[in-house]
Amino acid sequence: MSRIEGVLKSLKGQGRKALIPYITAGDPHLDQTVDLMHTLVDAGADIIELGVPFSDPMADGPVIQQACERALRHGTSLRQVLAMVKTFREKDDATPIVLMGYLNPMEAMGQEKFADAAVDAGVDGILTVDLPPEEADEVAPLFTARNLDAIFLLAPTTTDDRIRAISEHSSGYVYYVSFKGVTGAGKIDVDEVASKVAHIHELTALPVAVGFGIRDAATAAAVGRVSDGVIVGSVLVDTIARNQADPDQLKRALSDLLHPMREALDSLAS
Amino acid sequence: MKLTEEMLKALPDARGHFGAYGGRFVSETLFDSLLTLEREYKRLKDDPEFQAEFDRDLAHYVGRPSPLYFAERLSRETGGAQIWLKREDLNHTGAHKVNNTIGQALLARFLGKKRVIAETGAGQHGVATATVCARLGLECHVFMGEEDIRRQSPNVYRMKLLGAEVHSVTSGTRTLKDAMNDAMRDWVANVDDTFYIIGTVAGPHPYPLLVRDFQSVIGRETREQCLDRTGKLPDALVACVGGGSNAIGMFYPFLTDESVELYGVEAGGLGIESGQHAAPLSAGRPGVLHGNRTYLMEDENGQIAGTHSVSAGLDYPGVGPEHSWLKDIGRAHYVSVTDDEALDGFRKLTRVEGIMPALETAHAVAYAIKLAASMDKDKVVVINISGRGDKDMQTIAEIDGIEV
Ligand SMILES: Cc1ncc(COP(=O)(O)O)c(C=O)c1O
Repeated sequence: MSRIEGVLKSLKGQGRKALIPYITAGDPHLDQTVDLMHTLVDAGADIIELGVPFSDPMADGPVIQQACERALRHGTSLRQVLAMVKTFREKDDATPIVLMGYLNPMEAMGQEKFADAAVDAGVDGILTVDLPPEEADEVAPLFTARNLDAIFLLAPTTTDDRIRAISEHSSGYVYYVSFKGVTGAGKIDVDEVASKVAHIHELTALPVAVGFGIRDAATAAAVGRVSDGVIVGSVLVDTIARNQADPDQLKRALSDLLHPMREALDSLAS
Repeated sequence: MKLTEEMLKALPDARGHFGAYGGRFVSETLFDSLLTLEREYKRLKDDPEFQAEFDRDLAHYVGRPSPLYFAERLSRETGGAQIWLKREDLNHTGAHKVNNTIGQALLARFLGKKRVIAETGAGQHGVATATVCARLGLECHVFMGEEDIRRQSPNVYRMKLLGAEVHSVTSGTRTLKDAMNDAMRDWVANVDDTFYIIGTVAGPHPYPLLVRDFQSVIGRETREQCLDRTGKLPDALVACVGGGSNAIGMFYPFLTDESVELYGVEAGGLGIESGQHAAPLSAGRPGVLHGNRTYLMEDENGQIAGTHSVSAGLDYPGVGPEHSWLKDIGRAHYVSVTDDEALDGFRKLTRVEGIMPALETAHAVAYAIKLAASMDKDKVVVINISGRGDKDMQTIAEIDGIEV
């Protein structure tokens, strides 16, 4: 069983929902990322999605675009992101890490080399935004062979046939994108999400985590009620942007944001 | 490799691949739209009504066929092969871009989409899109990098006069690549009612296929006109390559004609050695950007590199996937000329033939002059004059230190 599967099973056993924060590695600075990851765990994170910065993040809104620009300005490379995970693992052997990013930096390293390095660093899953399963036939076996979970996106526009096919290629969980748009647009319709996630649950046995548009305890609880977990991204990255000058204040601000979401999710526990 | 009609018919394959290149590398939200577009395009492609309307528009709205002109004086001064010009600059709106926007706007109408988006670099594709949208009564949004808005301002005003909204893109390098990023972002958010008219043979499948089909009218006409006027096929075709749409439109109908040499001319900027250029086929390596696998300019960590070219329309780090394939199999030659050489080409064609090419096109002109000079007098070189140079007055004047 992968670390991701283990965490999600145990949460399910307790009737609890996964809280999955996203931050961009190297933002605001390479030296701070590992510390921020521990902060996220202390504030209640079950899994961390760690963004690999890319020069052309086509699926992201301005908040994460600017995070990528900040990280790249300091020269954050995929190699360095992997090194951050390795350092994180020195103190935390339990929290699953999912690398989330775009295909080109991974291809540039070489897919096999990347898969090896990811395992060596202690990465648990890979989510490549611009890699649909149709194009993943070369990398998927590399991940499977190393027990790395391949996480794919489902969208409001995904047809039933594709939901089935994509789920078959996925392990760990599937990531449901709650609305048509880029990250950070914030126009989630909870009723629509509820009915779509219920439908996805009929088509796959994998846990369904929902991301895009979750920004506070209320939206986390509303979406947590109908899914297996929530992914929180732009609101955290925006907090990082606003507090980048003061590292201690930044950690407090992230904690203050995540804590209420954790409590709201746990108050749903049956 | 000798190409046959059968081989060409099989490409792109069902997943939109040209050999190792192409594909559909997009976020999941867009996937179903691409499948629908592919299905509908394959149906309409063979629909006589759709084709008749496309042909009618090309004839009576665009003004096709465009002439194949013998540049006698330029040929004489060059002192080598005969140089012929395929006059896409005489199309309505002044470039080859309109062949494609006519086709895609028809698709948009058949699909019932009321809102159109486009990216543009030089502004020619933006103008061509705004033009067809005005004609069909479609809402039009054009994404353009802040840097390109500055250097191609006449085209920005043209788009506005045509009723398009021009969105200034301030992310990344503020040029064509970033305009395409923002167009993709808009499309994800408005996928239900919006048709994305991509301006070149790049992007996710089926765009490289359908743009190539719409632009192939250039090569089909050239073939016929050349046979008619010279009694034989041309010996060499020369076209500039940004994303590669005017080049593939010219090359495609000649791919199985082994005797016809194909030259795609990339933007060499300040010189390939300087790193300041936009020549992925000459100096890049395969990667994934904007929905397709293709040759790219990138750094060792897979971040897309900044590009430089005097011409906004060539200032792009990628290239259409079919060109990547043609490069690998050796069917087409990809070369580059520098900013300075292109400017010389611009001046030469303007002074010797009274034809002012776009700065993009000037790259093809500059290379073709060198090529023709090395060939015998009985040989025929055809340059694709992809667009006219009016839009570049400001850039040229700035270089000359003149206020206009
Ligand atoms: C006149 C002209 N030629 C060429 C190009 C380059 O595009 P492509 O390589 O797709 O033909 C442009 C693009 O803006 C253009 O305006």
